Amino acid sequence: MRSVTVVAAAAIVAMLAAIPLFDSPYLTTHFTRILIYMIFAMSLDLLVGYCGLVSLGHAAFFGIAAYTTAVLSAKAGMANILIGLPLSMLAAAIGALIIGLLTLRTAGIYFIMATLAFAQMLHFLVNDSDFFGGSDGILLLTGFRATIGNIVLLDLGNAATRFYIVLVATVATFVGLALVARSPFGRILQGIKSNEQRMRALGYPVARYKLACFVIGGTLAGLAGHLYVTLTSLADPSILDWLHSAQVLMMVIIGGLGTLIGPAVGAFLLIELIDQSAELTEHWKLIVGVVVISVTLFARGGLVGLALALRTRMFGLRASA
Amino acid sequence: MNDKRVLMETQALSKNFGSLAAVKDVSIQVFEGEIHAIIGPNGAGKTTFLNLLSGELPASNGVLHFDGRDVTGWSPDRLARAGMGRSFQHSSVFEDLSVRENVRLGAQTQFPKSFGLFRPAERYADVGARVAAVFGEVTLDSSVAARAGEISHGEQRQLEIAMLLAISPKLMLLDEPTSGMSRNETLELIGILRRISTKHTLVLVEHDMDVVFQLADRITVLVNGSVLASGPPASVRADSAVRTAYLGTE
Repeated sequence: MRSVTVVAAAAIVAMLAAIPLFDSPYLTTHFTRILIYMIFAMSLDLLVGYCGLVSLGHAAFFGIAAYTTAVLSAKAGMANILIGLPLSMLAAAIGALIIGLLTLRTAGIYFIMATLAFAQMLHFLVNDSDFFGGSDGILLLTGFRATIGNIVLLDLGNAATRFYIVLVATVATFVGLALVARSPFGRILQGIKSNEQRMRALGYPVARYKLACFVIGGTLAGLAGHLYVTLTSLADPSILDWLHSAQVLMMVIIGGLGTLIGPAVGAFLLIELIDQSAELTEHWKLIVGVVVISVTLFARGGLVGLALALRTRMFGLRASA
Repeated sequence: MNDKRVLMETQALSKNFGSLAAVKDVSIQVFEGEIHAIIGPNGAGKTTFLNLLSGELPASNGVLHFDGRDVTGWSPDRLARAGMGRSFQHSSVFEDLSVRENVRLGAQTQFPKSFGLFRPAERYADVGARVAAVFGEVTLDSSVAARAGEISHGEQRQLEIAMLLAISPKLMLLDEPTSGMSRNETLELIGILRRISTKHTLVLVEHDMDVVFQLADRITVLVNGSVLASGPPASVRADSAVRTAYLGTE
């Protein structure tokens, strides 16, 4: 079973890796964006799917990293991702540490509201300040590169190069999180999601593990946010809007909580769904709404859950939880 | 009895909910190695008292000593790390996880040294050995691969005890371990508890008087949040106040 999964994953990665060969800048850029959202969705899945922390403010960390990158670039002329990437992820991590310390005291619906409130605060902060470019955001005119000294290793102005960098980051995020999920730490998170009181009674300092989970998830959302700016050259307040947080939460739920691959598939499907239905009609939100509601009502466990149920029905295999 | 070490002691432990005094000035001693039963009519404050011992509830007043330390006000997880394990009245297992994983999560706490972030949890041989040892001490019929939410109620109660064994507590607090069990399951559990008590000190809240008098070395009777009597089964059974207040009215 496991070798089948590995082969399937390798096939998907190989197919993705072939995309720049079509030599279509549109297609390459489109899939770069999808990959970035796969990272974003998987980072939220660690919180929601593994630890049971339903956050409606995950865009905060994506946004912190995006704005950190934009500010460094616009104000200090930073164009090197070898500097920008770690610094923006660090900023996201610090943001997650602070917001986590303040919001993780709450649980359930209060946690949802608290995370939402902090993300909205950041949204208003950048929206109303000249330093962050106000509602226009910060537009970057210079391209990003990976340089050591004067040697340019990679030029992100090239769409294919940028795509492959993002692909590597996506695969690394998936593999890293899949390993973490199986590690003793990941099992502790799943225990917390299942029965927090019991975890405490076994001796686990639950609050510390939740915070660690929140910071790891936030840092990886920062990775997505940084890559996003290198793609769009724009950090604007909409990426800190709560709708952005809701969108990534939808990707996670549509795809299947706690599966990593599900949220990645969910990111692909939701972006395609939005893009395609927006081409059909200006009332595209109606189509998206109906699809999202149908999936949540009729496919509990998301599309991955649906696939597992079908497999069970067809082959009589027990879906391993 | 006198040469035994006091493992846990409460001094005037109290809990008020608003104007209601659920636990009033309870002072008891639990000796190392004994089975100490806490009995009393419904609403006597037994579970509240257990929650004070395990840190689930903060005490309004009084002092809690455990294993030679003042542990008043400690959090449940800190008390658990200090050696206090508990079960809950309504069996509390990780329903979404496998039976094996339930015990493994307990066993994992005993090996706190550097856990890697990327190495699979199953590859820790010492944890695996401990899990196997624990399953040897209980009699679970279900597969360890079954989801804990899908096994029978009686087995869930046993699983809870297995989880406790996995963290090898000095003191086990059991809240009505036989509730909802069939007669056979109860008898089986009595055997298990007796075996466990050779290595662990047990405090149990129990409704079933047969269980209490078969197992307990000492009994504390709570009525309206206060201690009515405390001592060996024979003296508690003979206590006239206990007979009128509790046993006689059954």
